[in-house]
Amino acid sequence: MSAITPSVPPLQKLRSLRSLPGPRRVLLHTLLIGVALVMLYPLLWMLSSSLKPDTDIFTHPGLIPDRLHPRNYAEGWSGSGNSFALYITNSLIVTIGAVTGNVISCSLAAYAFARFEFRGKRSWFALMLATLMLPMQATLIPQYTIFYNLTWINTFLPLIVPKFLATDAFFIFLMVQFIRSIPRELDQAAMMDGANPLQIYLRIILPLMRPALITTTIFTFIWTYDDFLGQLVYLQQNARFTVPLGLTLFLDKTSGSSYGAMFAMSTLALAPTLICFLVFQKRLVEGLATTGMKG
Amino acid sequence: MTSAKSDEAEGEEPAAPAAPADRRERARPRRRAVGRRGGGWWPYVFLAPWFVGLFGLTVYPMLDSLYLSFTDFDLLTPARWIGARNYTHMFSDDPVFWDSVHATLLYVVVSVPLKLALALGVAILLNRPLKGIGVYRAAFYLPSLLGGAVAMAIVWRQVFGGDGLFNDLLGWFGIKGQDWISSPDTSIYTLILLAVWQFGTPMVIFLAGLKQLPKDVYEAAAIDGAGTVTRFFRITLPLLTPIVFFNLVLQIIDGFKTFTPAYVVSNGTGGPLNSTMLYSLYLYKKGFTDLQMGYASALAWVLFLVIAGFTAVNFVAGRYWVHYDD
Repeated sequence: MSAITPSVPPLQKLRSLRSLPGPRRVLLHTLLIGVALVMLYPLLWMLSSSLKPDTDIFTHPGLIPDRLHPRNYAEGWSGSGNSFALYITNSLIVTIGAVTGNVISCSLAAYAFARFEFRGKRSWFALMLATLMLPMQATLIPQYTIFYNLTWINTFLPLIVPKFLATDAFFIFLMVQFIRSIPRELDQAAMMDGANPLQIYLRIILPLMRPALITTTIFTFIWTYDDFLGQLVYLQQNARFTVPLGLTLFLDKTSGSSYGAMFAMSTLALAPTLICFLVFQKRLVEGLATTGMKG
Repeated sequence: MTSAKSDEAEGEEPAAPAAPADRRERARPRRRAVGRRGGGWWPYVFLAPWFVGLFGLTVYPMLDSLYLSFTDFDLLTPARWIGARNYTHMFSDDPVFWDSVHATLLYVVVSVPLKLALALGVAILLNRPLKGIGVYRAAFYLPSLLGGAVAMAIVWRQVFGGDGLFNDLLGWFGIKGQDWISSPDTSIYTLILLAVWQFGTPMVIFLAGLKQLPKDVYEAAAIDGAGTVTRFFRITLPLLTPIVFFNLVLQIIDGFKTFTPAYVVSNGTGGPLNSTMLYSLYLYKKGFTDLQMGYASALAWVLFLVIAGFTAVNFVAGRYWVHYDD
């Protein structure tokens, strides 16, 4: 491209592909900022409403609260059956269990698919991909009866144990793609040194696939934390409630005056996801892009 | 799904069915010979958890669900075989079922194209060297992460309530709003808007696709004097069809599975007048509120078949309009 002399007219057009001239760039920025504001406005409104007294939320719609009312957080924290401290603890138990399960079981399965030949491997792999498409609703009721017969209802086990059985095919797929990019020479060298496949998995594959494991951790955390249907079905006692279930208690008293508290706890409930996003933003976007595309 | 397709095509040669003793003349690539171990029982060890999950939590439940769909089952007493009565009831005299089908189709058919169009449009705007591109990308992606949460649906319910934020905005333009949530004509559109608001996921995938488009084609087109619009329809869109297709399949399936916002916005009722009774919500209510688990299993199988059908149709149709690289 640099070979073309700058005086040739078409280059004007060519350049417009690369960097926009001043006015158009300003226009584009304005447009993008506008869209971003519209997109993020509901979130800002939530945050601002969480800091207003109930009487101001719908009468003073501006983003900057006239009167600060941080007590909403205290009211919301303790105001629904049990304290949110309990809901957060329960959510933590479920998410930590799910993350642990996914990281272990999916990496094991991915290692087998990426590095070994075995009977019917292609079919198993295809079946694994097919389960990606399977909606959770399709197996919900029989799974419920299984866990019911195991008397696991109102425990966290139905939400955690399946993750130890690599039921999240998405992450197996993600990790298979990643392991394929690790040079085989490393495995071979270790094998020459007498390492068995388990040792290779532990000493070479796992450490090298750290980026994929982190992506898995973040997505599992966010998706488990937000998974409402599963928690709604399996956790019925208030003492077992997680954050999303705790929040639904606000739905029943919308006629009351707890709007501020509701916004406060909603803000709080979104905070972990938001923090995850701010810290790992780049990795999340890239993880998504590389699995969405070919690896 | 492009990823699955390309993935299977490359990499995996037909799995060697025979034992290593089977000596054949065909020279295999060296890397395979050394790198891929037959492994004996090792792969099965690593796959053991997955096998248990596959059969115990997927295959068996699918078959069990099929059986249950022909029974009357309330969890507490043994299932009673009633033949196809769940299905005939569903299709012939369950008006709520049809309400939920209507709501779900409306939801999918309106939200998915809007979402994809917005995703592609913004991705193209962002696909250029521009200061702060990372910030924009992040800002547009954020709703996709938060949108599925109960907290977000609760906020949404207030945004579109009678005295909510949306009506305040309309007020600036002198338009008198209404309670969008409690009107049966508009409530589903608040859910659709919530879905469209989450265009970030397909956008990120589009962006990754756009980055891989060959630059020289555009340069050639520019030299030939092709304008922005021509370039989009003649180059960008045809080259991007595999990704459009991938996003389409993903978003349709997602649409059929949507549960949380419908539950929260209607406080678990699917109302007003079943207008937000998305299919998953109806299934949940039948199975877990009414304890009609046989009927709910029939609903689950219908959902499964519809999703499988949509996926299949998408794949077949994709053959005609999807442009793959080679």
